[in-house]
Amino acid sequence: MQELMKAKAKELLAGGIVQKVLAWKKGDFPQNPAPAFFADESQLDEMVYDKFCAANLAKFMVEAKKEDGKTLVFLRPCDTYSYNQLLKENRVSREKAYIIGVGCEGVVAVEEMQGTGLLERCRVCTKINHVIYDELIGAETVKRETDDAAARFDRVEEVEKMTSDERYAFWQNQLSKCIRCNACRNACPSCSCKKCVFDGDSYDTEQKANASSFEEQMFHIIRAYHVAGRCTDCGECARVCPQGIELNLLNRKFIKDINELYGEFQAGADIEALGPLTDFNIDQDPEPSSF
Amino acid sequence: MLAIKKENLTKFFDFLMQSGHDVYAPICDGELVNFERFTDANVDGLDLETLKTVRSPKDFFFPQVENLFDATQEGKAIQIEAAPVVDKPFVIFGIRPCDIKAIHILDSVYLADPVDKFYQARREQGVLISLACANPQPTCFCKAFGIDAASPEADIAAWQIGDTIHLQAQSEKGAELLKKVCPNHLIEEVGNDGEADIKAQQKEIREKIDTLPYSNGLPLEKLVPNHLLELFDAPQWDDLHKTCIACGTCTFICPTCQCYDIKDFTAGAKIKRFRCWDSCMYSDFTQMAHGNPRQTQKERFRQRFMHKLVYFPDKNNGEFACVGCGRCVAKCPSSLNIIKVIKSFGVDSNV
Repeated sequence: MQELMKAKAKELLAGGIVQKVLAWKKGDFPQNPAPAFFADESQLDEMVYDKFCAANLAKFMVEAKKEDGKTLVFLRPCDTYSYNQLLKENRVSREKAYIIGVGCEGVVAVEEMQGTGLLERCRVCTKINHVIYDELIGAETVKRETDDAAARFDRVEEVEKMTSDERYAFWQNQLSKCIRCNACRNACPSCSCKKCVFDGDSYDTEQKANASSFEEQMFHIIRAYHVAGRCTDCGECARVCPQGIELNLLNRKFIKDINELYGEFQAGADIEALGPLTDFNIDQDPEPSSF
Repeated sequence: MLAIKKENLTKFFDFLMQSGHDVYAPICDGELVNFERFTDANVDGLDLETLKTVRSPKDFFFPQVENLFDATQEGKAIQIEAAPVVDKPFVIFGIRPCDIKAIHILDSVYLADPVDKFYQARREQGVLISLACANPQPTCFCKAFGIDAASPEADIAAWQIGDTIHLQAQSEKGAELLKKVCPNHLIEEVGNDGEADIKAQQKEIREKIDTLPYSNGLPLEKLVPNHLLELFDAPQWDDLHKTCIACGTCTFICPTCQCYDIKDFTAGAKIKRFRCWDSCMYSDFTQMAHGNPRQTQKERFRQRFMHKLVYFPDKNNGEFACVGCGRCVAKCPSSLNIIKVIKSFGVDSNV
């Protein structure tokens, strides 16, 4: 598939259809390929696509929108949901994108350049089809090593079953690990505000340090609320957290509640559909209970 | 040569605690290893095998948040009360040689005139026990910066060989600590055998390090202050920064990143002034009354590497502000890192 992708990239660059390519590039180690822009054909030898290509390229298309010309981007099924959501919010430009949907067999998590099994997000993946593309390469190879998609909400349910004291202690323990590096926010395709409230100095928010345990919770809880109904569950937040905080659990809780309260909803699946939290009908929709 | 059985290590820690020290050691929380205060509750998590803690031990000397003073207003009078400096002795066990070197780099910033009294107090109270790296990892490149992972330079150097940990005091502070513990029969004299064991392990470590991908091949030649302007204006930055997501992971897990911001926590007539780590990757770094001289991520990205590889050496006798711990190599969400930057300014580059 990698060779097909390279050939296609060369063809589109040579034909002037696209001016640059957004894909993954060989890393220092086989285990750490990096997202990269390729501006000409000679660089494409460095392009790579394998089970270690972890970064979701959709978010980088926000920058591509600001530049001249068209960008060829390779998106896996889950990435197309992120792209669609960004498109719906007018944060990317469809005219400036040539999207090739690529097959995916899941991404391997890496610790110290050792693969440690599929990423959690891939083990419970439900996104088999590409929802937006100009063409597909190897889409038939979308398959999973395991069939754990049904387990997607297991961990949320475990946390729901805790007593409120236990749950408070659980989140205190998780969130106190946070070093406020903002990697979760900056990698998140749903966090695409031009200026984040936590980057301003006018709201008494503190973006660089957890001045108190209240603040470390506030950052993550505000973030989770802000992406509620928009989070596609791409799992980048959990992947990039250097401290291994189970950040996507918060988002999954919202997704689970939305599914239960307003009917099954997958953000990014349909660019026209109103989001569950922007389509509230006061007479018909239930009020979410506190949790 | 002195040595302690690994099984007695926690007794050694207990003894240190009874003699008034806080003890910090690498503790695994089930998944990740970080330096934590050693207690009865986390004794099972003690982890001397994992090479790299997520957070570096700079936290003990330059913590993420440090209170500077409290100011209280009553009528027209303002009372200012300085925050206390650390006055309790503590011991950090198991720091790796690269992280020790990183502390020396921080010393050259915070102990230089004007001395930072908060940092100085922490350095005076802290005793560093450093453990040689029996199993260096692929992301390690300490050798490129002249660090010998087989010869820890700390108050006390330690080598773990089998079930024995050999200890060698290298400073007065270290010698005094071992002297205090010796009567407790935890630490024994093992004579010349110990030295032979250490030499054998050192040879093994150095051989392993020589086989690591970046031990001998980082092209640092062009990264000299004479090239400052060419490096600053080099076209490489245009490409390098493109996929940087502007998070602060690299800066916050880096053992030598040393920048901070100063903030006020306000509560009516009282304020608490504190400092907290800052990251040159953040959009409000260098924000001033007139605006920000670094408007784009390219400029912010360039700053981090120019500081470590050019500006810092310029002011510190050619010493780079990187110790090759490899944390950023392992943790960058976009797999960008200092190695890629250094390589792009290699011998064949047009700088």
